Amino acid sequence: MSGQLLIGNQIMARGAIAAGVRVVSGYPGTPSTEVLETVAEINPGDIHVEWSVNEKVAMEVAAGASMCGARALVTMKQVGLNVAADPLMSLAYLGVKGGMVVLVADDPGPISSQTEQDTRRFAEHANLPVLDPATPGEAYEMMKAAFELSEKVALPVILRPTTRICHSTEAFSKEEPRREVLPDGFRKDPKWVIFPALSYRNHIALEGKQRAIAKMFSKSPFNAVLGEGEAGIAAGGMAYSYAREALASMGAPMRVLKLGAVYPFPEELAVSFLRSVKKVLVLEELDDVIEQKLLEAAGKHHLDVEIMGKRTDHAPVAGEYSFEAAKAAIEGAFMPGLSAEEAPACAPVPVRPPVLCAGCSHRASFYAVKKAMRGKNAVFTGDIGCYTLGNAAPLEMVDTCLCMGASVTIAQGMQCAGNDAKHIAFIGDSTFFHSGITGLVNAVYNKTNITIAVLNNATTAMTGHQPHPGTGETMMREVSQAVDIAGMAKACGAAYVRRLDPFDTEGAAAAVREAAEVDGPSVLVFDSACAARIKPKFFAVVGEGCTGCKRCIREIGCPAISGIGGRIGIEKSLCMGCSLCVETCPQQAIRLEVRK
Amino acid sequence: MNFDVLIAGVGGQGTVLASKIIGKAAADKGFFTRTGETIGMAQRGGSVVSHVRIDSEDLSPLIPIGRADVLIAFEPSEAARNLCRLKKGGKCLVNTRPMPPVTSSILEETYDEKKIIEYISQNSDSCFVDGSGAAEEAGSIKTLNVVMLAAASEMGLLPFGTEEIIKAMEGLLPEKAVEMNKKAFDAGIKLVCEVEL
Repeated sequence: MSGQLLIGNQIMARGAIAAGVRVVSGYPGTPSTEVLETVAEINPGDIHVEWSVNEKVAMEVAAGASMCGARALVTMKQVGLNVAADPLMSLAYLGVKGGMVVLVADDPGPISSQTEQDTRRFAEHANLPVLDPATPGEAYEMMKAAFELSEKVALPVILRPTTRICHSTEAFSKEEPRREVLPDGFRKDPKWVIFPALSYRNHIALEGKQRAIAKMFSKSPFNAVLGEGEAGIAAGGMAYSYAREALASMGAPMRVLKLGAVYPFPEELAVSFLRSVKKVLVLEELDDVIEQKLLEAAGKHHLDVEIMGKRTDHAPVAGEYSFEAAKAAIEGAFMPGLSAEEAPACAPVPVRPPVLCAGCSHRASFYAVKKAMRGKNAVFTGDIGCYTLGNAAPLEMVDTCLCMGASVTIAQGMQCAGNDAKHIAFIGDSTFFHSGITGLVNAVYNKTNITIAVLNNATTAMTGHQPHPGTGETMMREVSQAVDIAGMAKACGAAYVRRLDPFDTEGAAAAVREAAEVDGPSVLVFDSACAARIKPKFFAVVGEGCTGCKRCIREIGCPAISGIGGRIGIEKSLCMGCSLCVETCPQQAIRLEVRK
Repeated sequence: MNFDVLIAGVGGQGTVLASKIIGKAAADKGFFTRTGETIGMAQRGGSVVSHVRIDSEDLSPLIPIGRADVLIAFEPSEAARNLCRLKKGGKCLVNTRPMPPVTSSILEETYDEKKIIEYISQNSDSCFVDGSGAAEEAGSIKTLNVVMLAAASEMGLLPFGTEEIIKAMEGLLPEKAVEMNKKAFDAGIKLVCEVEL
């Protein structure tokens, strides 16, 4: 038995529990989500675990817990850190008491994100230490070390795994006793109140801490110089794992500076490495953080060494790295003239992008709004969630997507600019709670007449069905007071509020037309459970009358329906029997049958 | 000795569970194992692929292009899409039932089943089975992943025997699902065909 196979997020959660974490808060976001879920799942019973309403709230909850001496973990994805930036920047000045770890998952690619921002860079901006794991196993050790360091320097410590750390599995067999760290309660002290005079003093202290931590990081077990030779590689995080495999496959021994504790930058270690090599290739995903620091160190110490990387076009500046990318970069930097391996020919296959699931209620909601606004000039602002996929043909119902909550506010900005159209914002239930409410209040206050369509499927679907304030259930599966979206819209002063069934296409379309004419902001709540969480009772079949006109496909684009060779087929294993396609058929050739 | 298995399919077909079963069988045998998967947005009916790397302590979680020992594909076009990761002489087991993407119907892109199968046959040591049909007969299309694993292990494509795969499967599935999946496993064993060497 060589351990249990766990994904990196499950392994990091175990690290937090072993470190004695007491409070865990976060907001779901791929690829970070399963860290918090795992703590909840294997909770020994005395850990408070919550999905907070957004990342800023989560950060502040963790900060409050830390002020009482509790070890606290807050989890989010990289763009979530933008939302939580306000409390984090100030926390660097205020400091922490109980160890506080801020887990921020970066997403090179990006695979499921809006940006390729680099949290290592953010850590430097915030003057906070950051650890960057190369394997899930290392991430476990880093989680524990981060709590220790946080208490030692009285600062939040950022742990920055990337998607391939979070979602890769690895054999894991550690069973360690849990460290007992009992919170001793909040002690009143002026140091917890951030006034300008205190900020000035703490800023000086914070700069001093940067130098002290940089010295510590030169001796960190997460940093090392390995191998030998005058040719060097400097690599951090997952890029180190790719580089290691590439070097092994090439039989090319080189001196490698592996950096897991990246900022404050371990200059002493880096300088000793730079003194031993003539050329260095830097391999790191996302920003050129290590490269810039090495250039700085080389300049400061007048070292005669060539540093290659993103800035010299020796390594890709964007996108996820890979074995192939690392190998090509190493060959390009050290073996000029070597012809690159020929890429294999592409397979003759059509693309298969992600699509809204068969039976998804968002498809029905989009379809109803599309029908209602047909022939009218309308702009559909979109938001972050499964329903962003509504932008694809044939629905084409998402004209903009920026960030969480921006559907509601971008629609307002367009109206303010005099854009001659009806502005309809689509936002999911979890996103509405996250940052849609403030936009709604703004719409009421500033007298716009946008229509907000809340697509309420009673879960945070995209990230894997997490509960939220509207579901009446906490992360620990306790019953809580459900916050009613329609009631909240009324309380905010919306001029028109209505709840609808998206699968009642005609009724929903009529309500959309009515809402669109209202003077003042209107809110439509489309209520229907996520298709992934219901057991279908029916399935659709195509009967004799089908002429192969493909209207069903062109209207709704359901992945269960396909048309090859002029024939329409509905894949029974995918069909949820939602009946939307039945409505689209001009020949009434599609019918529902009962699932046995 | 490192051994790499790639599992390709469409979101919802159960590639992640299949990779977990192989990974567990490997871990139970004492091999350090890593897997790399697609989770999140890309899952929603999109192409998904799981990388299983057996004896891989010093390797990354993703199988490099041209290095996979075996490719198990739950859908023909997904087999073709990922064939470039298979090494020369690598084996490829393909479920024959096509799932044309809805976008190809909308965008008028062709899904040419014959061409796809031809491409796979010409570029790999391949074997085609009606895994979907076998899964349906066993009681549920959802067991396709287990059917394909059973066929692969019976054909000797994996470095484990069928018993080891069954044991790993039992360790991962909820009790109520074990019986149906064992039925699916038997159906998969019956599908076995000769791989041309």
